[in-house]
Amino acid sequence: MRFAVVQFGGSNCDRDVCHVLRDICGISTDLVWYKERLTQPYDAIVIPGGFSYGDYLRAGAIAARTPIMSDILAHANDGRLVLGICNGAQIGAECGLIPGIFTVNAYPKFICEWTYLRVENTTSPFTTAYRRGEVIRIPVAHKEGRYVAPPETLEKLERKNRIAFRFCDPYGVCTPESNPNGSARNITGLLSEQDNVLVMMPHPERAAEAVLGSDDGKKVFDSMIGSIEAGRVPSAEQVRT
Amino acid sequence: MVSARDRSYLEHELKRELTPLELACFDNLWSEHCSYRSTGALLKTLPTTGENVLLGPGDDAAIVRFSDDIALAIGMESHNHPSYVDPYDGAATGVGGIVRDVISMGARPVALMDPLYFGPLSQEKNRYLFEHVVAGIGDYGNCIGVPVVRGELVFDESYAGNPLVNVVCVGVVNPDTFLTARVKKPGSRLVLYGASTGRDGLGGASFASRDLSEDAEAEDRPCVQVGDPYTEKLLIEATLEMAATGKILSCRDLGAAGLAGASSEMSSTFGACLDASRVHLRETGMNEVEILLAESQERMLVEVAPADVQIIGDIAEKYDLPWSDIGEVTEERRYVITFGGRTVCDLPIDLLVGGAPCEVWPKTPYHAEKPYAPPSGSIRDLAFAVLSHPDVARKDWVARQYDHHVQIRTLSVGGDAGVLRLGNDALVLSCGCNPRQIYLAPYAGTANAVYENAANLACAGAEPLCIVNCLNFASPVHPEIFWQIEQSVLGMGDMARQLTTPVVGGNVSLYNESDEFETQIKPTPSIGMVGKGPVLTPGTVGDGALLALIGKTTDAFGGSVLDAVTGCGGHAPAMADPGLLAPVRALVAGGRIDAVTDLSRGGLLAALARCAPAASVHLDGNPLRELFAETEGRFLVACQDEAVLSGLPYRVIGETGGDTLSIRYTEGILEFPRGDITHALGTTTRLMRY
Repeated sequence: MRFAVVQFGGSNCDRDVCHVLRDICGISTDLVWYKERLTQPYDAIVIPGGFSYGDYLRAGAIAARTPIMSDILAHANDGRLVLGICNGAQIGAECGLIPGIFTVNAYPKFICEWTYLRVENTTSPFTTAYRRGEVIRIPVAHKEGRYVAPPETLEKLERKNRIAFRFCDPYGVCTPESNPNGSARNITGLLSEQDNVLVMMPHPERAAEAVLGSDDGKKVFDSMIGSIEAGRVPSAEQVRT
Repeated sequence: MVSARDRSYLEHELKRELTPLELACFDNLWSEHCSYRSTGALLKTLPTTGENVLLGPGDDAAIVRFSDDIALAIGMESHNHPSYVDPYDGAATGVGGIVRDVISMGARPVALMDPLYFGPLSQEKNRYLFEHVVAGIGDYGNCIGVPVVRGELVFDESYAGNPLVNVVCVGVVNPDTFLTARVKKPGSRLVLYGASTGRDGLGGASFASRDLSEDAEAEDRPCVQVGDPYTEKLLIEATLEMAATGKILSCRDLGAAGLAGASSEMSSTFGACLDASRVHLRETGMNEVEILLAESQERMLVEVAPADVQIIGDIAEKYDLPWSDIGEVTEERRYVITFGGRTVCDLPIDLLVGGAPCEVWPKTPYHAEKPYAPPSGSIRDLAFAVLSHPDVARKDWVARQYDHHVQIRTLSVGGDAGVLRLGNDALVLSCGCNPRQIYLAPYAGTANAVYENAANLACAGAEPLCIVNCLNFASPVHPEIFWQIEQSVLGMGDMARQLTTPVVGGNVSLYNESDEFETQIKPTPSIGMVGKGPVLTPGTVGDGALLALIGKTTDAFGGSVLDAVTGCGGHAPAMADPGLLAPVRALVAGGRIDAVTDLSRGGLLAALARCAPAASVHLDGNPLRELFAETEGRFLVACQDEAVLSGLPYRVIGETGGDTLSIRYTEGILEFPRGDITHALGTTTRLMRY
């Protein structure tokens, strides 16, 4: 099994995700510089957090228009896994991997803090290791993380069980006070139509080791690895043959 | 401008008139900012060596051994004047500058700290400066992915016209392969890469070394640089990739005095000949003075063998960074610049770099302490005034704007010090000083600033490794100020010697005076300290833990927060005895106590409000002294069994539990419901959050 972590100019969580995948989860992982494109099939691709192109224009807008994105879209179209974290989520929204956008926080400043999330979907390849309704603790760090989408899109996401995570209080109740950026319906993690793309603003790689305050985020990576091992999603090997 | 005295000295030495570029070079390189003309002799009294110091002061950053395979690169810089004129860009480029100092050692930056000093938040302009300085630091640090893990906030009228923005950056590097900023070999090429050069920030070094005049904002705006953190992030990755090739002979970032400063200081081990026409520019029609002195940000200069120029250039191009091969290292100890075929500068390099004559200023002691007059008002009202003071109140409005988790090393940022994991150990960081106390007692106050940072480290079980500093003062032309600077540096050195902790770097920011407000800043010898400790599992304090106060309380009201809110006066704290640091470290490292904090601003009351907001406390003696005095050398400890404290000068003052902070003293009882404490400590957030 082999993961790729895409590095854009300005990515700054690339090495963090790589550390978690390699050293904590024991998965072979390549850091791929965006200009080099994807030169081999991967089982999963992570678009990490950071400030691709300095967030100039809009967060994620320029990275979403780089040539490597067509490789990533082709990978996703095969049904293989793509995880977009923070800036990766913004890029995912900018290139239409999921509907809606992430825009400037309701209080328009950067927020870095621990948040509680309620796990809403436990059937996707990214969330099978969680219990439904489980309350997990993962930090956020962003200025443009408020999820916005038209009401009919939100309804469809709810109906199709495509909401993975919502901000909540420590008891799992989704309140305005527990929604740090003002996201629509507290949504901060959502899945593509085929369930093989997850974008999320919180940083699971920052909560993958107990010594850092929480290992709740590790289950996102564990779920991905488990789903690939179980053959629930197409692997790089299947694409090759 | 170069003073008439310097100019005639130079023309006498060179036996000719100076060219416009030469004049500009001296104007900048002979400024206090670059040459320490007023403070150089004093700085030599500081202890700078130690078994862990691999490279002491004088380079871009110092190198200190952390473990067998990890060394730290550490530097500290101020960006005060630019941050008043343009707070957002001034603060942002302050971060950029110190980060480049660290990457030019071949080190990856892993942590930032930023001590900040502003005028009172009651004034709108100060709130504006505060908001935009924090935004500038946040936007820059967040974008380049270096966590801000510690800071300090002081609000005092003396900073209304001169806010101070100091930044510490710490990086990690292999102890055997770090780079330096001293050229190694004549014949090497000097390669400039990074952002192109424009007319921005012309003459910043000399700008930083004079008073801000009344209409400073308008006339100095072109002196403030504008930062581009995206380019800085590319510069970090490109420089580390270049360093990994082993092909870089030496490396220097372009900061104060631009290309002239970097290239002359870097080349002063030999000499250099540069062609200004080869510099990649972003504007047309720039003359040689503008090209050499512009302080355009995000630029680096490296020395490489001629055969390796292309390898370095290719790495720059991978990161979309333009580059140019602008000259060579020469055997002859001269600094020569050509432009369009003409020689526009030709100086003995030792005259330009390090040749500035020292300034000698007269000094006069002063006495600013007032006798203590007990403040009027109820203890309860005084307590809320102290807890609501923004020096004491919670800092989370600031902290949440900084990404403090990126690079996933951060173990804790909430206690007395920032704690990061590094290898198998913890890197522990603290910064700051107490200007109101230092104003009253420059020697003891500065010694206490060093002590206090070591105490913060001790609360995380860590021992100090080194100190960096920013010496922010008013103008040394005033004899009282020069005395203040001298006392302060002596106090710093004496405490550093007591702690056997070397002072490995820093900078000097003088002339912090405002015509507009007719003020001088309080002396602000801001300290950055890093240390090493064990990785600990944070303890929790449950109900029923004993609260003990270690150390003796005296009537140290002068310069306290109580003094700031009431003007009560009194003596500033005496110089602390560092004897308690080792036992406190041992208690923490051994896991024998549940929690500890050192007593500083706001005294025992602030420590209780922070660490034990639900507790019953009993105090003997004068409650004003017990609650508000800021005697140094005291710790508040929560533990299960007082036997662990035996041998220490402690007394049990209460126990945790209940719903309120209840303080009984001889004549009465104070009850602070938890909500009231939370409200008082939330002042800054309420003031700033719209």
